[in-house]
Amino acid sequence: MTKKQYAFYPGCSSQKGASASNFATSIEVMCEKLGIQLNEIPDWNCCSASIGYGDGGLLPRLVLNARNLALAEQHLPGQDMVSGCPACWLSTRETAEKLHESGSLMAEANEALKEAGLSFKGTVRARHIVEVLVEDVGFAGMKQPVVKPLEGMKIAGYVGCQTNRPFGIAGESFENPQYLDKMIETVGAEPASGYEQKVTCCGGALAFSEPDKSQKQIRDIVESAYDHGAEMIVTPCQLCQANVEIYQSEINKKQGTKFAMPVVYYSQLLTVAYGGSLKQAGLDGHVIQPEKLQQIAVRQK
Amino acid sequence: MSDHNQHAVAHYRNNFLREVEDRVEDGEWVKMCMQCGVCAGSCPFGPHWEHSPQKIFMMIRAGKREEVLASDSMWMCTSCYNCIVRCPRKLPITHIMHGLAHYAHRLGVAPKGQPTREVARLFWNNLARSGRVNELRFSLAMYFKDGFVQGIKNSLAMQGIGIGLMKAKRLNPMEILGGHKCRDKDGIHKMIAKAREIEERKQGFTS
Repeated sequence: MTKKQYAFYPGCSSQKGASASNFATSIEVMCEKLGIQLNEIPDWNCCSASIGYGDGGLLPRLVLNARNLALAEQHLPGQDMVSGCPACWLSTRETAEKLHESGSLMAEANEALKEAGLSFKGTVRARHIVEVLVEDVGFAGMKQPVVKPLEGMKIAGYVGCQTNRPFGIAGESFENPQYLDKMIETVGAEPASGYEQKVTCCGGALAFSEPDKSQKQIRDIVESAYDHGAEMIVTPCQLCQANVEIYQSEINKKQGTKFAMPVVYYSQLLTVAYGGSLKQAGLDGHVIQPEKLQQIAVRQK
Repeated sequence: MSDHNQHAVAHYRNNFLREVEDRVEDGEWVKMCMQCGVCAGSCPFGPHWEHSPQKIFMMIRAGKREEVLASDSMWMCTSCYNCIVRCPRKLPITHIMHGLAHYAHRLGVAPKGQPTREVARLFWNNLARSGRVNELRFSLAMYFKDGFVQGIKNSLAMQGIGIGLMKAKRLNPMEILGGHKCRDKDGIHKMIAKAREIEERKQGFTS
């Protein structure tokens, strides 16, 4: 099978030893089984995320992203640029669109890029891995490699913000997107229907600066998963995953709750369902252990 | 009052709307707001804002320059983009909030010690240094932003979380020694400096 080629932008949190390093691990088997080849963009840099605006300003932020686009255009011509992190995807896509729409911004960006020995023509499309799965592979394609259906698991599909807004996945609604629930079904598990915190904000970067306000958001997200009988939350977002998993212990400490709701990535579900090991699925990278999924991962068929 | 702020006041007189349109990201959209309040009702941190985006837009049109720029409301934006997708007039509200916050910060009139402003500053410094974020140094910089004693207290309070992440191999103590970085960090520094220079010239900070 010839593999589909993509220019891959991992992003800072997916680096070795960083907060979403287990996400990076978990996409390898998934991509292998689905015939997706991710070619890492050489020397990529940070997108400046959603909090970079404070000190960054518009043009410096656009230019950081234009550098990645220019590197992809130069080294991996003709390939769509794909990111697994919603903040990376959002920043890159916003940059590609803004530069495409404004000749003067494009000229200014190129004037700055020249300082780093680069130029950007504007030929690269910025996409999210979920788009690749839904649009290029399709749900039938995602189902094909399933050898270990996750039967008997009820999972709350927590989409969060930036995979969903402002761009979102084509054809989905902002208020109640369906693709994550469909992915849960595709791997043989049951989505927690009526999970009303599906697109609630976890506080994002403000989990650092406004912990109490953010932890109120996180409490709602976790509590609703319990209320709907879910034994696990699944998300496409690195910051959602970290915030919702990590701060449960803080909420327990401050508010006397007894939360221990595992939070995993869609890619970990797919990898386990495709027969990947516990390690290949990055399931050794959790603060709250997703025990049931770990058990399925170590089980022989 | 900073020089930049004085120059801006002198240049725009009482026309704050024009100042926002000229100098703030997506500021030209402000006059399109029809005051429906959907943004205010859609914001996850809505109850914590002194002024909702809807109010901020009206205050801009009413020329309430100091109150808008000194407000900590824009710094409550979590970048969830709920307001953007729900706005019936399709105003890029999130971007305008970011733009206003940055402009106030640039002029030196944003609220001092505002926690999100501090986090934003530390985050940018962290990423601009090597081209990539160093999560360990970023966390430590945040804990120690209010001095050494407070830093130790904060670190101890978050110790459990830190150890949990280290065990999960999602926080690497060796990052303190430098960690991940871009090969062409010098090029990145020059590129950012140039972008800043162009933007400052465009916005009238420099001639």
